[in-house]
Amino acid sequence: MIFLQLFYTFFKIGLFGFGGGYAMLSMIQGEVVTRYEWLSSSEFTDIVAISQMTPGPIGINSATYVGYTAIVNAGYSHGIGIVGSVIATFSVVLPSFILMILISRFFIRYQKHKSVSYIFSGLRPGIVGLLAAAALILINKENFGNDYLSVITSTIIFISVFIASYKYRLNPILLIILCGIAGGLIY
Amino acid sequence: MSFYLDSFITFFRIGLFTIGGGYAMIPLIENEIVDKRKWINKKDFLDLLALAQTAPGIFAVNIAIFIGYKLHKFWGAFIMTMGTILPSFLIILAIALFFRQFQHIEIIEKIFMGIRPGVVALIAVPTFKMAKSANINIYNVWIPILSALLIWLLGVSPIYIIILSGLGGYMYGTFISKKRR
Repeated sequence: MIFLQLFYTFFKIGLFGFGGGYAMLSMIQGEVVTRYEWLSSSEFTDIVAISQMTPGPIGINSATYVGYTAIVNAGYSHGIGIVGSVIATFSVVLPSFILMILISRFFIRYQKHKSVSYIFSGLRPGIVGLLAAAALILINKENFGNDYLSVITSTIIFISVFIASYKYRLNPILLIILCGIAGGLIY
Repeated sequence: MSFYLDSFITFFRIGLFTIGGGYAMIPLIENEIVDKRKWINKKDFLDLLALAQTAPGIFAVNIAIFIGYKLHKFWGAFIMTMGTILPSFLIILAIALFFRQFQHIEIIEKIFMGIRPGVVALIAVPTFKMAKSANINIYNVWIPILSALLIWLLGVSPIYIIILSGLGGYMYGTFISKKRR
């Protein structure tokens, strides 16, 4: 039952979503692309691009988009797709809602507990691994192309965007627009 | 104006105008909630940021839930959460509905062929930024490498990596502190 799976999957992603939007993307990819195959790898990358360029948190944007696309890809109508996006968005927020209320009622100083700092000393390096895996998995034929021309072009784009963003801190939206222009001109 | 309507509109506006994720929202939230409306003071806001950051889930949503709950319990949290997520939800839904029809136009395909490797690079960048802030060194670099390989090559779910690394950190921390005692 895809609707229940969608709820369960995004609830889990919300519950274990430590480390910000990109770490969450790694989980969404692990569950939605690798495990359930609701989306292809290139569809996932397109969603990330669109999430970057539209307002709002990446976690919400991608949950909404994935919920809709997964349902429509499974053969349901657009109307039912909207139900999918509601389910995914609702279930990614639900754990935060429960946890944050519990924390503010009972453990207002929870982040100052010793055990929390121990857990985070292990979580942080783990999250770095998650982020690295997300990028490694996406370096594939669907995103970099099949033939010589596209592989070489894609590699050049990858390296230039990496340097522009990491070293020169250029705005990601500007970079995505430039990549789009390059794609339109080259191919 | 009623408190609920005012807080809904405030968070809706914040959700609507911040491109680039949760961290971009912080200065806007601070300006509206702390400086203009004085719903909570600066010190409480900073405590709240630290808390929302360590809790799982979406950062901006966590902040909205926390402020809402502090001011008006459950319904406050509910209204502010709705305000934060609705703009993104509606915009993305509209794009999802229309994008599938444009997806297969040749020029759109070409544009996205250029965008995809760029997005992969944008996902690679936070790895290195996070590695810096997480103090990755030669003694703990095996953790991210092993985690990445498990996910990448063996298809292990990232959720297990989160559970394991949190558990590992907890056990190591308690072990070290017992030894010192």
